[in-house]
Amino acid sequence: MNHPDAINWLQNLNALTGGLFLLTTFGLVAMRQVNACLRLFIAHSVFLSVSAFLLSGIYHTWHLVVIGVVDMVTKAIVIPWLLRRALRDEVYTRREITQALNIPTSLLAALGLTVVAYILSTPLLAVGDGLTLGLNLPIGLAGLLIGGLTAAVRREAVPLLLGLLAMENSAFFAGIGVAPEMPVIAEVSIAFDVVILVFIVGVLTQAVQEHIGTTEVGELTMLKEETKP
Amino acid sequence: MSIILILIPLLSFAAVLLSLLPLGKRFAPAITLMAGIGAFLLALLAVSQVVTAHRVITIPGWVELDGLSGVLLLLVAFLNATAALFSWGYLGAHVHQLHRIRSYCAHFNLFTFSLLLVPVLAQPALVWIAIEFTSLFSVLLVAFDNTHAALEAAWKYVALMFMGATVALLGFFILFWAQQKAGGGHYSWEGLRAVAGQMPSSLIKSAFILILIGLGAKVGFVPLHTWLPDAHSQAPSPVCALLSGIKTTNSLYCILRLVPLLISGHLQLWMQIVGLISAGVAAFLLLQVRDYKRLFAYSTVEHMGIIFVAAGFGISGNYSALLQMIGHSLTKSFCFYAAGLALLVLGTREIAAVRGLIRTSPFAAAMLLVGALAIGGAPPFAIFLSELSILRAGLEGKDYVTILLLAIFVTVAFFGILLQVNRMVFGEPSIPRDDHKKLPFTCALTLIIAGIPVLALGFYQPASLHTLLDLAAAQLTPVISP
Repeated sequence: MNHPDAINWLQNLNALTGGLFLLTTFGLVAMRQVNACLRLFIAHSVFLSVSAFLLSGIYHTWHLVVIGVVDMVTKAIVIPWLLRRALRDEVYTRREITQALNIPTSLLAALGLTVVAYILSTPLLAVGDGLTLGLNLPIGLAGLLIGGLTAAVRREAVPLLLGLLAMENSAFFAGIGVAPEMPVIAEVSIAFDVVILVFIVGVLTQAVQEHIGTTEVGELTMLKEETKP
Repeated sequence: MSIILILIPLLSFAAVLLSLLPLGKRFAPAITLMAGIGAFLLALLAVSQVVTAHRVITIPGWVELDGLSGVLLLLVAFLNATAALFSWGYLGAHVHQLHRIRSYCAHFNLFTFSLLLVPVLAQPALVWIAIEFTSLFSVLLVAFDNTHAALEAAWKYVALMFMGATVALLGFFILFWAQQKAGGGHYSWEGLRAVAGQMPSSLIKSAFILILIGLGAKVGFVPLHTWLPDAHSQAPSPVCALLSGIKTTNSLYCILRLVPLLISGHLQLWMQIVGLISAGVAAFLLLQVRDYKRLFAYSTVEHMGIIFVAAGFGISGNYSALLQMIGHSLTKSFCFYAAGLALLVLGTREIAAVRGLIRTSPFAAAMLLVGALAIGGAPPFAIFLSELSILRAGLEGKDYVTILLLAIFVTVAFFGILLQVNRMVFGEPSIPRDDHKKLPFTCALTLIIAGIPVLALGFYQPASLHTLLDLAAAQLTPVISP
């Protein structure tokens, strides 16, 4: 893989993957149906793994291959399986119509955040080297911000959780670009950490559904200083 | 001998597995208590080695203990032991089903396992994971009561914690990148110090800002504090003591570790501003709470702000920041044990519903009053001394405006806390005295034990503690001056 043409080819493929990654992040903000959100998240994770594989070719490091495989297994297989087991099917066929912001506004906000991410990462890229780096950092940062937006505007438990997971995916997307040599043990345990998160949120959502009778966690607004029911 | 550092968290982890065994009602709490005491004794041993040898290394670059993490380890281990003792009485009085007792103990030990991991790990990415574990493993403890309020608090808690964690994660990636640019070396706290001057300034600054935002959410800095009073008031009282007393401090420790790596003239000013905002907003929010556990939770936000301001006073402030950190952890856990005792007696968290607690339960009332005085910073308790030394550090650095504002906020918070506790303790009793309702003995014992250092550190600092704090303050001193 030392041939410059091959490297160039890999970089172009990585650029394509990055574009698709950003597109699926936008999709997570806009998609109303819970089931479709879950499928988009799987695609999101697959693009992250693909980028890790491509970068491993560019940087010549086996670390990223391990990370790509671990990511694929945990986020595209284990997490969706856990989520489907934890909650009843009824939760997934639901369509969410009670977002805090309507969809065009959210998409516009997401677009704004992408521009902000680009502006913020420009001074950092001045110390960087090469095209891959110039791509992964702003896209990852944009995904981080958009994921945060998704978690903020969603009220249904599963899409909210997927917004949080998209944030983590995006932090990783930027991370594999800037720190490909990060010790593997750290990165693998981070993936493990996410599985625990999904497990715990699954248990918690079950409890919320049982005791309060809803999975619209955005409606939980009892704890306040001013008013007491 | 350095294997100790691995043994300390492993003890808690073994307790997780043992407390899952379906043996009698007292088995799991007993295991938890034994693990807590064992971990505290081992931590004492490890820290005494740090005092003589300055650094204990088990796996170079991965598992190490120096002065700063030694202070933290000691606090975690002490609070772990006292919270385990309080849990014994709390579970006996409050929880009756066997499976719930087992689940509580398993989660409690997982939580303390992750808390103990933070100081002994020296690799920043692993510390990130340990801090994230402290959040994840406490979520179900916050939701333990399964009430509407507890579940709501847990949801807010887990969502904000994870958001913060992802932002901090990107920060740690960029930190690693910065170190690689400066020539690499071990990605550990010590390895980062070694290349402090050579890291590209834009990278290290953005890493710090991301980590400050991300972990700042876990510390409870305003405006990222909204989850804190909810989670810290809804959890069972011994868990509140750990959450407020040490979990926030754990995240703050991680932020403070990065401060000496930065070379910026305005850094100290910004730290003072961030700290002042937290201390100020929390001091005024204290005045309008209706729930006495929320009262102490807001006081945690205030104290985190004070510690950050003190660390912003530069070299002379580091020692006082550490003193304040110790004072806060010990006193805040004491306050939550006292609040937990009051809750066991009263069955309500509403301040307005309680009058004349001193007649209903003299012991709980006295402890609540002592806790309020101690956390507010009255003499002769530990926080009085540490706040005095912060004042002196600020005057030495000629930060008069900061000191003036801080003094105002501390005074407001003092009167806020005392006003509310005063209302509860004195007056005509709203609940008649019930001689049949006895306070659990271990809960009362916990308050006595937790109270000893709160009072003792107000009078006297052992020489070994002084040495340890000097070592820790040296870790916070910048390698290269701006």
